[in-house]
Amino acid sequence: MTLEPTALVRAQRLDLSIGGRRILAHVDLSIGPGEIITLIGPNGAGKSTLVRVLLGLMRPDHGTVVRRAGLRVGYLPQKFVIDAVLPLSVSRLMTLTRKAALAEIEAALAETGVAHLMGAQVQTLSGGELQRVLLARALLSNPDLLVLDEPVQGVDFGGQAELYQLISAIRQRHGCAILMVSHDLHLVMAATDRVLCLNQHLCCAGTPAMVARDPEYLRLFGPRAAEAFALYAHGPHGHDHVHTLSGDVAPIDPAHESHRHDH
Amino acid sequence: MWPPLILRMKVTGMITDFFARALIAGVGVALVAGPAGCFIVWRRMAYFGDTMAHSALLGVALGLLLGVDPILGVLAVTIVLALILAGMGGSRTLASDTVLGILSHSALSLGMVALSLMRGIRLDLMVYLFGDLLSVGMTDIYLVLGGGAASLVLLAGLWRPLLAMTVHEELARAEGVRVDAVRAGFMLLIAFLIAAAMKITGALLITSLLLIPAACARRFANGPEVMAVLAALFGAVAVTGGLYGSLYFDTPAGPSIVLAALLLFLCSLMFGHRQSRN
Repeated sequence: MTLEPTALVRAQRLDLSIGGRRILAHVDLSIGPGEIITLIGPNGAGKSTLVRVLLGLMRPDHGTVVRRAGLRVGYLPQKFVIDAVLPLSVSRLMTLTRKAALAEIEAALAETGVAHLMGAQVQTLSGGELQRVLLARALLSNPDLLVLDEPVQGVDFGGQAELYQLISAIRQRHGCAILMVSHDLHLVMAATDRVLCLNQHLCCAGTPAMVARDPEYLRLFGPRAAEAFALYAHGPHGHDHVHTLSGDVAPIDPAHESHRHDH
Repeated sequence: MWPPLILRMKVTGMITDFFARALIAGVGVALVAGPAGCFIVWRRMAYFGDTMAHSALLGVALGLLLGVDPILGVLAVTIVLALILAGMGGSRTLASDTVLGILSHSALSLGMVALSLMRGIRLDLMVYLFGDLLSVGMTDIYLVLGGGAASLVLLAGLWRPLLAMTVHEELARAEGVRVDAVRAGFMLLIAFLIAAAMKITGALLITSLLLIPAACARRFANGPEVMAVLAALFGAVAVTGGLYGSLYFDTPAGPSIVLAALLLFLCSLMFGHRQSRN
């Protein structure tokens, strides 16, 4: 967090209430170039709201958000549903906010492994296909910051692991910063530099391993969270297997997915 | 009104000037209404178009009251209304079909009451609803062609950001689209289009030309731009078919055009492919 002087986005003392309900309290956050930040927290913790404030889609009651001048943002919203009344092919979706040459579109789709879907109608895509297409679309504008709001929702467990690997690979190749939201505490990905644990205020922050041992985190999510939390926490170099916190190698096993909490 | 004129034309068997003028004006409106109507359909703003058209009567009354061309009155009222609605676009508790309904019928009633209070003015409801296509003069032609060309240029400029925010408004905003300005621009475009076309097409015909060709085009389109071009073509076909139909069957021009558009729509249901699954 010595990245302050060149921060892409810096938020200070954010407060926000909606309809008398406190959503964000005294949130400080800065995103440095090239870092991957994962925002976790229980349902209703204000994660999506914080993202919307950082993107300038909502105004906080108090506090400031400063985005670096000329910052290019690629955004994957939590919900992306296209009405059947609008005919839209994948290739047209790619140039939604910016023009791009056909070769660039093909390259971006190939990078996320969905080049074959170029001519498909967007409404016919599966959840995983749509996320990959949206990732490719975001990459096309060569963003400084990728904002992914629950990028693995609607994707099966094996697909989730692949998607996280793809996101790591994208950071390595493009050097963009990534801010990712996850409500599923167990699926914090491998290459995350910092985990921010939000519950109206920022309870704790640090590397995945640090946060997993943080008393605030354990109080909020319970001791069992720590073991499952480590599922993807296998360091910055990217493996194709996963570790538990104790360092044991564990297969990617759908059974782990059932370690969910209720809040 | 038109029946005697049509009768005369049938007797001579000639396509006279007024028919050519009606054709040019009607097709001109349809070419703009098709692409603009696609956005009305995609953004579920059918009732917005309706409200604009209904408020036009208030504009006519205003124009007569101030002693200026009714078109200027219509333009003023539709622009003010568009700006009010665009300003409310951000707040979800207010912008709804209920508000549109209140505005639409209040403006219509206010217009009718105002007209009834003016001496020597009798409202021809048929003209208000369906326009007076067959009495189109050269001035109207210039207005339609000039205004239509200007509208198409504006729509082309708005196209990419407007489509982006139609697909996902927050995504567009996050990536730098000035959503409020684009929305206001599109509403003003519709206001302008309705004002320019009001005398020619009337309140009902203009909303038909916005909605029906776009609905026809959906079945044949695999992309938004294709749908816009097809909607313009279908609109032009409906106007042409409707006008020749009215000539042949001796029926009123405006309703004949709406029925021709309906016929096209029914054909599109039969022959078009469903594009949502392929």
